Formats: sequence, structure tokens, C-alpha cells
Amino acid sequence: MRYDWDFGAVLAQAPLLLDGLIGTLRIAAAAIGLGVALGLVLALMRLSPRWLLRWPAAAFVEFYRNTPAIVHFFWFYFAMPVVLDVSLDAFLAATLALATQSAAFYAEVFRGGIRSLGPGQWEAGRALGMTDGQAMRRIILPQAMTRMVAPFLERSFELLKTTSLASTLAYGELLFRATQVNSATFRPLETYTVLAGMYVLLLFLFSSAAGFAERRMTAFR
Amino acid sequence: MAYEWDFAIVLENLPVLLRGLGVMLQLWLSALAFGLAAGFVIALGRMAAAAPLRLLARCYVELFRNTPALIQLIWFYYAFPIVIGVQLTPFAAAVIGLSLNTSAYAAEIFRGGMQAVPRGQWEGASALGMTHAAVLRRVVLPQVLRLMLPAFTNRAIELAKTTSLASVLAVQELMYQGRLLSATYYRPMEILTTVALIYFMVIWPGSLLSAWLERRLARHG
Amino acid sequence: MADIVLETRGLCKRFGPIEVLRGIDLQVRAGERIAIIGGSGSGKSTLLRCLNFMETPSEGEVLLDGVPIGAPRRHRDGRVTTAYSPAALCRVRQRVGMVFQQFNLFPHMTVIENVMEGLRTVKRLPRAEARGKALAQLHRVGLAEKLDAYPARLSGGQQQRVAIARALAMEPEVMLFDEPTSSLDPELVGEVLRSIRTLAEDGTTMLLVTHELGFAFHVATRVIFLADGVFHETGTPDAVLRHPQRERTRAFLASHAEFTF
Ligand SMILES: Nc1ncnc2c1ncn2[C@@H]1O[C@H](COP(=O)(O)OP(=O)(O)O)[C@@H](O)[C@H]1O
Ligand SMILES: [Mg+2]
Repeated sequence: MRYDWDFGAVLAQAPLLLDGLIGTLRIAAAAIGLGVALGLVLALMRLSPRWLLRWPAAAFVEFYRNTPAIVHFFWFYFAMPVVLDVSLDAFLAATLALATQSAAFYAEVFRGGIRSLGPGQWEAGRALGMTDGQAMRRIILPQAMTRMVAPFLERSFELLKTTSLASTLAYGELLFRATQVNSATFRPLETYTVLAGMYVLLLFLFSSAAGFAERRMTAFR
Repeated sequence: MAYEWDFAIVLENLPVLLRGLGVMLQLWLSALAFGLAAGFVIALGRMAAAAPLRLLARCYVELFRNTPALIQLIWFYYAFPIVIGVQLTPFAAAVIGLSLNTSAYAAEIFRGGMQAVPRGQWEGASALGMTHAAVLRRVVLPQVLRLMLPAFTNRAIELAKTTSLASVLAVQELMYQGRLLSATYYRPMEILTTVALIYFMVIWPGSLLSAWLERRLARHG
Repeated sequence: MADIVLETRGLCKRFGPIEVLRGIDLQVRAGERIAIIGGSGSGKSTLLRCLNFMETPSEGEVLLDGVPIGAPRRHRDGRVTTAYSPAALCRVRQRVGMVFQQFNLFPHMTVIENVMEGLRTVKRLPRAEARGKALAQLHRVGLAEKLDAYPARLSGGQQQRVAIARALAMEPEVMLFDEPTSSLDPELVGEVLRSIRTLAEDGTTMLLVTHELGFAFHVATRVIFLADGVFHETGTPDAVLRHPQRERTRAFLASHAEFTF
């Protein structure tokens, strides 16, 4: 079967797609920021000697790691507002869903990095008279950080892809804008192929920048 | 502000959700089987002697790993039929999308495993007069599979979560039924939370298995 | 006689059901150099680690300059234990330095940064002053030319000497050495022992767990043989190492037959 490709109609909608790109980046940035902060809190809770802190954090992490992201998107957009009697716009609901889900994964990244250092480094710090907080800040975290870079980037990569689920809440990110382009042009093949190409390009740029940053950060080894 | 919970709705509609779970399991198992088989072939392509073949396999892997799974599903449902000239059912499009997505990741796991087998074993076995295929089947694969079992388990878990995206194509799996019910009865909190818990109960044992496999591998090497 | 710097009274340490230390009474006077010897697992490390509270004693007291560390806490059932506040332990550890068998240098810091770290973070000295003190200690262990190297680039012997300088820079009243040469290649042992001997000649008060009996003989002012969680035999190096009175000590020394004076 011959098919007449026509990218012209789709490319004429470039402004719409660019708007979607900005939406995607906006939601990814917000979710990474919030997810990292929440993830750090969860990691510290899981490392705490108090079970009252450890337990809820572990349950949170396990729950989010073992349920699909799309359920959380719908939960934050449709379910939570009904119970709390508030209304969330799509951006906020999607960001909360992405951030909480990623926090569970980031927490494991942080915890893994911190636990990868044996007791010797803690003891060397304490033996100099450091408080646990000082040892954490000066000795443990700087070393753990370089070990966290790679898994952190991998998680952020996944997060960037998961932003596409915000389209199911009609938030104007790339995929949602592409569906609009599709209804305007009736060219699904071209539209969704361009969309895939944009994602490949976006993630390629992201991973190149990440690789560069990673080499800079681990230079001392 | 008192929200009145109503779990009776959930109980009444439990059969519908369980039917959705059945469809989800079908999606999961078929995509896992096809994905692993295709991934093995692609891994061979990644290690082929012919450079163009290697490049092709590499592009395939990169393409599927650098685009969101949701976009892959949409592409196979809306765009792919135009290429082949046959309309696909949502279920078929979902199985194709999920299988190919899984195959890209599985290929990298196979490749990593096969490259972990020391060269000497390939050569030693060839010296015994075994054909390349025989070496692969009798010497390399048994070792690789054991080594790669935790990674495959993790992939299966990811896939289980990804099946929920088929709801966007109106495949009547668990998430789709959950969305439909919560819109029908306007009880999103009770219903979506139940859906999340069902996913959790199906997926969590897999996570425990994976953690156990990883610990065992770390101990016995 | 010189003042007692560090003292323990009835020190006990249990790990679950295992009783590792069973009532240790130890008095360390200023300028004393005490070598602690004993079989593997006899509790030598545990004893040292109780002295700077890397381990919390199960019972008994530790006194620094005659002042008991921690505050007594009376339980409802009449038992009295000691409670240690984190701040008090930080102060104690500044006054009791420790060198580990595995060096435990900070790999993300250069040599000079390792030695300055405690001065800057704990003592909050200005950078220039901390650097001056760090340099002086690195000179003392003969490593003044490796200032900007990262630990990964140093030999084991050099790493251990940096660790010694790092502990010394805090100007502790007592130094604890836990088998400082046990994880070194034989050809690197000498340089570390020489550094420790230099400190000895400067009058540093120290406790040293070691299997280098020859070194202990020449450098220590007192030798303690630890067995079954108590001081089995103690005395001058000559008395314990050459003329042991007890069977157990003799057997231990015989198993270290390679040691010559
Ligand atoms: N953190 C710990 N938990 C449980 N047991 C320990 C711990 N540290 C030491 N022990 C036990 O205490 C005993 C003495 O250990 P240690 O002081 O390291 O001996 P040494 O340094 O003389 O070889 C050993 O039986 C050891 O297994
Ligand atoms: Mg020891």
C-alpha cells in the first residue's frame, strides 16, 4: 500500500507543539524539585533509628514503587479533591502525582548512596569529635552524592517520560498538544512520529548534559 | 468537613474490577512472553558481526527506551494501522506496544549477561567442536539466565505497572474499569484507592521476589 | 607521680549475651605508653573503643582528668546506669584521639584537608591557623610533601601516617592506636612504627593495641595482657614479655615465637 506522507500540515502546528514542550519541561522541573526534597526527607526517615519514623516512610516507598503512575495521576486529580473538598488544576495534580511517585524512587537513591559507605567513615568523623550532623554533612553526604549521580539521572529520565501521563488530565504537555494537532490535521502517523522524534531528541539532549555533569562531579576519583 | 465514605459501591462492583484484573494479567503475560523472545533476537542483533545489523538493533533499543511507553501505545493504535493498512483492536495494539517496549529493555539485559560470560568459555566450547548455537544454548544461556534473573524480575514488575496505560486505548483492563466506575458512581476515592491496592497486591510479591533474588545472587555470586 | 589522665572503674561491655569486658580498672598517667596485647577476639579493640565511646560501656565509669564522663541515671528498679549526652561525647573525643586499623581517611579530601577537617569543623579554627597546625603534624610524620594528594594515591603506610597526623592535629591528651600496622604490607610497617616512636619520644600519652611485640617491648612503659575480658597479667615490658608469671601469658607469647627483642 502506498501512503502519501505529509509532514507539512503537522509542522504548520509547530507553535502548539512548542507550547507542549514548555508544558512538559515545566511539569518535569516542578516534579523533580519537589520529588527530590520529599525523597530526601523519606530517606532520612528510613535511616532513622526510630521505628515510628522508619515504618511510615518504608510503607510509602513500597506502595508507590508497586503501583502504576497513572493511578496516582487520577487519584490526585479526581479522588483527593473530593475528599478534601478542594479543587486542583491539572498542573498541580500531575505535579503532585509525579513528585510523590518519584520521591519514593529518589528516597531509595539517597538511602542507597548513604548506606553504601561503611561504618568506618562515620567512626573516623566521630573520633575527631564531630556530631552526627557534622559527619553527615562533611563526610558522608559528599561521598554518597557522587555515588548517587548515575541512579539519580536514571530516575529523572524516567520522570521526564512519565510526564506524558499528564495528558490524561488534559494538561497541555507534549502528548496532549499532539492529540490536538492530530484532531486538526487528521494526520496521526505524521503527528505521533514527530512527537516520538521530539522525545528522542529531548532525552538525547538531557542525557548528553547529564553525562557531562556526571563526569565533572566524579572527577576526583 | 466530613466526607462520607461508601465502600458498598466498591464491594458491589468488585466483580467488574476483577474482570479488569483478568484482562490486565492477559496483557502482562502475553507482552512479557513476546517481549522476552523479541528481546533475545534483538540482543543477538546487538552483538552481530555485521555492523549495519548492530546499528539497526541499537537504534531500535534507543528508540523504545527514549520515548514514553504511553506514546508508543498511542502510536501503535492510531498511527501503525495507517502503515499496515489494517485497523488493530485496542488489545492488539497494546500487546504490540508493550511487547516491543519490553523487548528493548530485555535486549539490554540479555546483552549485558552474555557479555559477562568470559570469552574463554566461548572459545573453550568452540574448541570442543560445538557450533555457535550449541555454545549459546548449552554453555552461555544457563549462566546468563541465572545472573539476569533479578533484572528480568524487575522488568516484569515495570511491565505490570505499564499495562495500566492500555486504559488510554480503552482496553478494558483494571485501570480502565476503575476510571469508568469512578466516573459512573462519582466515588473516585473509594474506587481508585481500591484499584491501587489491587495493583499493589499483584505487584508487591514480585518486588519481594526480586529483592530476594538479588540478595541470593549477592551472597552466592 | 604524674597525674592520672584517663581512668576506668569496673568497666564492663556486653554484646547481647557475650561478655567481652568484665570489670576493667585502668589508670593511665600522663606520659605513659601502654601496650595492650592478647589473642584475637579477646576484647582489645572493644576496650579502646570504650575509651573514646565508639562503643557505649555496659557498666562502669570512664574518667578524664579525674572527672567522670556522663551523668548517673537512677532507674525505677534501683539500678544506676550512666547516660551519655552526644555533646559530652563530642568533647571527650576531641581529647582522646584514635587511629584505626583501616586508616579510614576521607577519600574525597586531600591529605592536608583530611588533617585540617577536625580543626575546621569541630574546633572551628580559622583556615590559616588550621593549615599551620596541620602542616606541623604532617611534618612530624614525614609527609609534608604530599599535601595535595588524594588518599587513593598514597601507599598504606603513608595513609596511616596521615591518619596519625589527623588525630594528632586535634592535640588530644591521649592517643589510642588500634593495631595501626595490621593491615599493612610488611615492608610498610616500619615507617608507621617510626612515626609512633617519634611521638613516644615527645612524651605523648598513648594506648597501643599491637601484635608487634618487639616494638611494644622497646616503646611501651607498661604492657597489659588481656584475656577473658580482664587484665590477666600486667607489668613492665620486661616483666610481662620476658618473665611472664602466668601460664596463659606464656602460651600466648610462645604462639608469637617470631618476636625477638
Ligand atoms: N559490634 C559488635 N557486636 C557484637 N559483637 C561484637 C561487636 N564488636 C565486637 N564483638 C565481639 O566482641 C569480642 C571482642 O572483639 P574485639 O574487641 O574486636 O577483639 P580484638 O580486638 O581483641 O580482636 C569478639 O568476640 C567480637 O566478636
Ligand atoms: Mg581488634
